[in-house]
Amino acid sequence: MSSHSPAVPKRLFAASLLSLAVSAPALAQEDPIKVGILHSLTGTMAISESTLKDTMLMLIEQQNEQGGLLGRELEPVVVDPASDWPLFAEKARQLLAQDEVDVIFGNWTSVSRKSVLPVVEELDGLLFYPVQYEGEESSENVFYTGAAPNQQAIPAVNYLMNEVGVERWVLAGTDYVYPRTTNKILEAYLKDHGVADDDIMVNYTPFGHSDWQNIVSEIKDFGSQGKKTAVVSTINGDANVPFYRELGNQGIDAADIPVVAFSVGEQELSGIDTAPLVGHLAAWNYFMSVDTDANYDFIDDWIDYTGDEMAVTNDPMEAHYIGFNMWAEAVRKAGTTDVDAVKDAIIGVSVPNLTGGYATMMPNHHITKPVLIGEIQDNGQFSVVWETPSTVAGDAWSDYLPGSRDLISDWRAPMRCGNYNVVEGRCGGGAEVASAE
Amino acid sequence: MLASRSWLSRPFRERSTQIFLGVLLAALAVVTLLNLIVPAGHPLHVSTYTVTLLGKYLSFALLAVALDLVWGYLGILSLGHGAFFALGGYAMGMYLMRQIGDRGVYGDPVLPDFMVFLDWDSLPWYWHGFDMAWFAFLMVLLAPGLLALVFGFLAFRSRVTGVYLSIITQALTFALMLAFFRNEMGFGGNNGLTDFKELLGFDLRSDATRLGLFLASGVALALGYVLCRAIVASKLGRVSVACRDAEARTRFIGYRVERVQLFVFVVSAMLAGVAGALYVPQVGIINPGEFSPIFSIEVVLWVALGGRGTLYGAVIGALVVNYAKTVFTGVMPEAWLFALGGLFVVVTVLLPKGVAGLLASLRRRRDDGAVETPAQGASS
Amino acid sequence: MRTIRSLVQGLLCLIVVSLAAPAALAAPDDDGRALLEALDVDSYAAKGEAVTAIADSGHPQSRAWLEALLDGKLQRQDDGGRFVVVLANRGRHWPVRDALTDEDLGEMSRRDLDRIGINNALRGQLQNTLALLDLHAPAVSARREAARDLLGEVSPSMVEPLNGLVENEADDEVRRLLTQAIAIQRLEQGDVGAVEALSGSLNTSVRSALSAAARSDDAALAKAATEALAGIEQKQKLNDGIQTLYFGLSLGSVLVLAAIGLAITFGVMGVINMAHGELIMLGAYTTWGMQQLLPGQPGLALVLSIPAGFLVAALAGIVIERSVIQFLKGRPLETLLATFGVSLILQQLVRTLISPLNRTVVSPEWMSGSLMINEGLSLTLNRLFVLGFALLVFAGLMLVMRRTRLGLEVRAVTQNRAMARSMGIRATRVDILTFALGSGVAGLAGVALSQLTNVGPNLGQNYIIDSFMVVVFGGVGNLWGTLVAGLSLGVINQVLEPWAGAVLAKILVLVFIILFIQKRPRGLFPQKGRAAEG
Repeated sequence: MSSHSPAVPKRLFAASLLSLAVSAPALAQEDPIKVGILHSLTGTMAISESTLKDTMLMLIEQQNEQGGLLGRELEPVVVDPASDWPLFAEKARQLLAQDEVDVIFGNWTSVSRKSVLPVVEELDGLLFYPVQYEGEESSENVFYTGAAPNQQAIPAVNYLMNEVGVERWVLAGTDYVYPRTTNKILEAYLKDHGVADDDIMVNYTPFGHSDWQNIVSEIKDFGSQGKKTAVVSTINGDANVPFYRELGNQGIDAADIPVVAFSVGEQELSGIDTAPLVGHLAAWNYFMSVDTDANYDFIDDWIDYTGDEMAVTNDPMEAHYIGFNMWAEAVRKAGTTDVDAVKDAIIGVSVPNLTGGYATMMPNHHITKPVLIGEIQDNGQFSVVWETPSTVAGDAWSDYLPGSRDLISDWRAPMRCGNYNVVEGRCGGGAEVASAE
Repeated sequence: MLASRSWLSRPFRERSTQIFLGVLLAALAVVTLLNLIVPAGHPLHVSTYTVTLLGKYLSFALLAVALDLVWGYLGILSLGHGAFFALGGYAMGMYLMRQIGDRGVYGDPVLPDFMVFLDWDSLPWYWHGFDMAWFAFLMVLLAPGLLALVFGFLAFRSRVTGVYLSIITQALTFALMLAFFRNEMGFGGNNGLTDFKELLGFDLRSDATRLGLFLASGVALALGYVLCRAIVASKLGRVSVACRDAEARTRFIGYRVERVQLFVFVVSAMLAGVAGALYVPQVGIINPGEFSPIFSIEVVLWVALGGRGTLYGAVIGALVVNYAKTVFTGVMPEAWLFALGGLFVVVTVLLPKGVAGLLASLRRRRDDGAVETPAQGASS
Repeated sequence: MRTIRSLVQGLLCLIVVSLAAPAALAAPDDDGRALLEALDVDSYAAKGEAVTAIADSGHPQSRAWLEALLDGKLQRQDDGGRFVVVLANRGRHWPVRDALTDEDLGEMSRRDLDRIGINNALRGQLQNTLALLDLHAPAVSARREAARDLLGEVSPSMVEPLNGLVENEADDEVRRLLTQAIAIQRLEQGDVGAVEALSGSLNTSVRSALSAAARSDDAALAKAATEALAGIEQKQKLNDGIQTLYFGLSLGSVLVLAAIGLAITFGVMGVINMAHGELIMLGAYTTWGMQQLLPGQPGLALVLSIPAGFLVAALAGIVIERSVIQFLKGRPLETLLATFGVSLILQQLVRTLISPLNRTVVSPEWMSGSLMINEGLSLTLNRLFVLGFALLVFAGLMLVMRRTRLGLEVRAVTQNRAMARSMGIRATRVDILTFALGSGVAGLAGVALSQLTNVGPNLGQNYIIDSFMVVVFGGVGNLWGTLVAGLSLGVINQVLEPWAGAVLAKILVLVFIILFIQKRPRGLFPQKGRAAEG
């Protein structure tokens, strides 16, 4: 193919109409390295994902300015899965089978990752997934550069428990798998730490829920029982604005009942009037307000790239920054973009993160991250009020869920297993996948 | 009502059906050959990726045919056909989930993974039986069929028509979407069902299975098409066209309009269910997104573009729009919604009878057997 | 809590001192600098002490510093340099002023500044400090607010000075609140007598304190507190009922606003306008645009958005009518398809031209917070405004339809188009105006919704299906039906929600509509006459 326009439609057309006008692919030694970008540019998730596409384009451009990788140029291949989950699988297949990309950076929602996962495993690709997620997964072909629950939720709850003295907990989330799992883990964790059943309230709402009157009034009621109360929010995206507005209007401020959110970052705040939110919390591994030179440089680059003086950066962008640099480092180390070689080379690779430390790829394909707790400021930024003394390694399988307590993941030889049961001493159901290759 | 014993064979004597079946079967054969015989790397080779893609289009085409049966011949614009499609898909998905057995990440022999980590201690009652293929395949027909029966019985008995019917079909699929999003329902919530391994013992990842599914979709489309043509050409079909064009008059003449409507509606729902069941193993996931009202409206567009009331028009529409979607989302992602939106406007304003309308008007001169295209505004 | 209380005590001293001897001479800069230096530490406990020190110092700028600290705008140059107050903190370069000398320092890069951070505990401390100062404010409302903030925050040593304040206080409400605040403190100390002073109060701090007391080891205290709580719960029940009704009406008013424009285009003209949601979105974006044009005046911008939003959406409506809908006369189901296409185009247009991200729309001061009916019942102001606005829009529409020439013509064309034309009514013009009216009302809905929810490209999609349900449930072509349907669906939803959960409540409402349509296929208020045969 002479251009990077997907070959699919052409072949499809050719096949169905028996047209013969297709040029033979000519593979040259100096072919560019192809980087697939699988983020929704339209539909409901465009709001979050389109920024990540631009982040990737910027990182690739910067890498090319430095002479590319292995003396070859990097070429981005952008496709639009349009926030449509089956389309994610189809586009991943297109990237791997037709465009033959060397690596994919993409996905946001868990369901899109679940949809893509079998394809990436079947076609032996590489996927870097940049968003915090519920854990309970470890794939040989996927690298999780976002936070696992133990890198976000648990430290945040610890902070509230120990530093703020919270005794009563509202676990509020959107009804999908990330909040469900996170809340399951947190419930188990809180009970382990002596919190009574009565002091935990769990609430789920649909996507895009906009009428929070009843729920906020319940929370208010729940919080007026003489114990310090906090809300742990796994409320997703669009539902946050009306939620915080209702909190503010019903007179709940951060000093009374703080809300700690795991899905609200700088980008979400850029669409909210933050004045009533000041003091509410978020737990992430990166904040735009972090005071390091690497971060200021990244922000300057980003503002230059977007041409928007008010452009913000956020945690998943940092995850892509780390993931991209790790992949580049592993390619340099392996001397090739061959998937198996890169997979082996990347474990143990350390690259600087934007918060002044280093991120290391662990054998379970999760990375080490610092955990930061930030309070919302009136300018839509967070101020860091607490952080873990050192970085935390991501845990693929939670220690607080009965089903996964005994599972570990290690993709190094000789184990090469994503769900090794340490009690039974055997690799779980996913084993046949690994051995088939 | 099906007076003529030869009603099922009648379509084979129709010119349009002969052409349609000929083209479809030839295309199936050509794709299969190009996939199997022509070596990879050759410009004429059809990759397995493309085969799967085509298989998906064919299952969509069957869905479009099902919708055209009720919209084009009965005058009922269903904005909820996605619901029947998704129910069929879920029935298939549940079977595929049970087939995973103890190969899930947690190694539980019975419970699917999502139930393990959400602490379900036993299989909900409605999941029982889905480990048997015959039961699951029966449910592919029964689940959408029963829903259509109950819904249609209520709606047609109280003579809900036109816009009202369209809106409540939309309410139906919307309510189902919200319900399936709930994790308590036990259908995997937003994540739906995924990570399937095998179907009837065939590995879903193997190229041969994919080709097989593609062929199965093609055959299902052919059979569905013939069934619809047979219904349309039968006396029942003529009565339903009469309902479409003048419901009250048909009723006064003495026909039990609601029975005709109910029968056709249920058949259409079952066909949609089959389409869903073929769709799921090919894309590898079923989730509540398939219930979204937007998807159902998109299906209506396929039929409108192809030309309603012709059946083959629905097939053309489904193939063209989905092919365009594949192209645009790859080449010009940002432009995709403009193109789709523009298509909606242009087709309805300039091409009220769709592509098939153009073809039909050319053909009618020499072929008296062609079924008349619906009168404008017949369904209003 | 400890630090807050010690601070508050210190502050009371400060107040006494500053009342006695107004404005001490400007302290030498060294003193001020030392006070600020003490703030520039990592430990929040140490910062708390530094705050107390500043409050006690009587330094003329102490209040300004504390306020800047509260806002996160008290910062320091990187190299241990000057302390500055940031004037605006968006973007990369911020205008700053020297904290000690008040000298204007121009702009500084964000890179070179270190913020003196606070956390929630410190924020509470600062707010209380400032609240105590406000107890001496001349405005009664400020004193009430300050007194309410003190509920649950009083320490033993504060009781004496506060008692003094109570005696000198002229306002009954402030006195009552301060008495309660002191009573809560006594209750915490285990004083059974305090329960009496608190019983019957619906304030959450009071309930919180009584709940804690009810768990106390002192049996007498626990019993008294439990009884007082039971009395409060009894009173609260009525409030809860009213509150649920209000929630329902508020949700209903949103539905009515979103649907009423549709009731005109769909009900009166027979056009199934799937782009209706996007017209709502345009109204919301107009509000955003207005606020961009008038920075710093969100209230004025919002008021101006009402006509502007109407006009923008109405113009868009005219364009849609002329370019698409006029070619689809009498084919309602096909208008559905075409306008669905239009809605996709409009959504993507906003994504491409403005941004796929949500936009910030600020609530003006007078729409934030809530209106207190009594201490157990507050109505959120923004929703109250939206409720009122919905009723106004409805009344306005009724006036237009019943009392104007346009309304007469619209009704005539709806009932019998051919006859109306033969009577000299220009049906085409009426079509355009009707569609513009319906679209404009959608724009108004957008202006209102911008105060409740996200302003983004998906805004419209979230309301379109609900809107159709409301119109169909109410009966197509009947504005009263839409009003009744919207409000009753809102109330049903909110009544169901507490025990069914948000999702199930919504599903139940949808099932209810489906079943209702079987019973009454033409909605609550069916349209009569020929036009009904849609």
